[in-house]
Amino acid sequence: MAAARSLSSAPLRAIRKLGAVALFLLTILQSAPYALRRPRLISAQVQNAGVLSLVIIMTSGFFVGMVVGLQGYDAFSRLRQEDLLGAAAALSLIKELGPVVTALLFAGRAGTALTAEIGLMRATDQLSAMEVMAIDPIGRIVAPRFLGGLIAVPFLTAIFNCVGILGAYFVGVQMMGVDNGAFWSQMQEYVSSEDIREGIIKSMVFGVAASLVAVFEGYTADRTAEGVGLATTRTVVITSVLVLVLDYMITSFLL
Amino acid sequence: MPATEPGPFLIETDDLRFSVGGRRIFDGLSLRVARGTVTAIMGPSGTGKTTLLRLITGQIRPESGSLKVDGREVAKLDRAELFELRRHMGMLFQNSALLTGDSVFDNVAFPLREHTRLPERLIRTIVLSKLQTVGLRGAARLMPSELSGGMARRVALARAMVLDPELLLYDEPFSGLDPISMGMIMRLIRRNNDILGVTSILVSHDVEEVSQIADYCFVMSGGKVIGEGTPAELQAMDSPLIRQFMSGSADGPVPFHYPAAPYRDDLLGGGR
Repeated sequence: MAAARSLSSAPLRAIRKLGAVALFLLTILQSAPYALRRPRLISAQVQNAGVLSLVIIMTSGFFVGMVVGLQGYDAFSRLRQEDLLGAAAALSLIKELGPVVTALLFAGRAGTALTAEIGLMRATDQLSAMEVMAIDPIGRIVAPRFLGGLIAVPFLTAIFNCVGILGAYFVGVQMMGVDNGAFWSQMQEYVSSEDIREGIIKSMVFGVAASLVAVFEGYTADRTAEGVGLATTRTVVITSVLVLVLDYMITSFLL
Repeated sequence: MPATEPGPFLIETDDLRFSVGGRRIFDGLSLRVARGTVTAIMGPSGTGKTTLLRLITGQIRPESGSLKVDGREVAKLDRAELFELRRHMGMLFQNSALLTGDSVFDNVAFPLREHTRLPERLIRTIVLSKLQTVGLRGAARLMPSELSGGMARRVALARAMVLDPELLLYDEPFSGLDPISMGMIMRLIRRNNDILGVTSILVSHDVEEVSQIADYCFVMSGGKVIGEGTPAELQAMDSPLIRQFMSGSADGPVPFHYPAAPYRDDLLGGGR
């Protein structure tokens, strides 16, 4: 009895959940060949999770870039180094802001939708019906959504970065009068391929994390309206914290 | 279902035991379903009728005892064998469980597209013929959200039948339907059986409807079979529990009230 009670304590619950997520990932990977044989299922999910997130990603990217432009200009003008704005904006977007903010937006826009969709499919027996029809719901429903998210996030990040740099350019060069040539040439000078690689690695890891959390929470949601609602909330909360923690870990590892 | 030697019974359970969260659902359940019959499993709500269907389809496994489908022990099948077995089953879910993102046509076509490599033209022919059977060929382009409950259940039935299964499982097929839809579903269940030779298992507590179409009935209570026979035989039985169930009396061996402290104590006890 005491053992049973201690099993329900918070740290153990967290560890058990981590184990469950890991096993779930294995199950998805086992079922992935089914989805990979049906690329149309995956491309539909790239459309769902990725293309439909474009507007929010581009709008946010532009405003984040503009803020970076403003703050960067303010800081560099105190040092009379305004010409460095292009390089600083690009580095902060490519290495940090792009991957992190994109993953957070993805969790809010696409992750929640995935969780709610899978959770409701489960609650309404659609996944059980597939099982009885001898169709693996993990392969047919979960794996394509996971893979779709995985593919979409790095591309969304790249688009976020490009639009963000344009936002910084718009504020720095067009509004504040930083030299156009200096803006781009300093960027070219200081942004190395390692910086870009760091951004790509982060966006891929965040893509896995955000998609996995979303499908896991959906698949394990309580089969009630309240359960699906709570699972959706958990997707946003867990993904956000996880992305920030992973961001620190990857940064400390790569720098 | 490639049986070694097809016996007269498609489904046999012997001393089946199963619990959920410490609550015993089946406590030595033994029943046999003959091939080609419409067999009803009846009993009050909460007696594990749906659980029995989930055991038959292998979605859950019993703690002990035996459950054979076509002579094969379901709990001992590996995943591939289980999927092979399920291809010969169709199941009608209580809430229809249609894929909400797909049209009626695509829902019925779904098992065909997943399991066969038939050309789309042939799939269309098969799907339309199944929809014609349930009277909904005209609704092929509708989405599940545009269907009434009765229509959704008929679409789900067309989907369950589309691979021409040998075994059809119906989970509460009559609950929540208007009399006309109910009549249609009853006719379809009987027709599948008479024309296609399907074995049907019907889980239900609608005694009147079941009595009209079932060949054989099992009445379950307390995790066991407490009576079996043709509907007429059950009606004539003496057991008070079966009589209460068949006649639908509110009180009897199964009490109307959930176990509770005396009403008076509860009211005067002050919100304990």
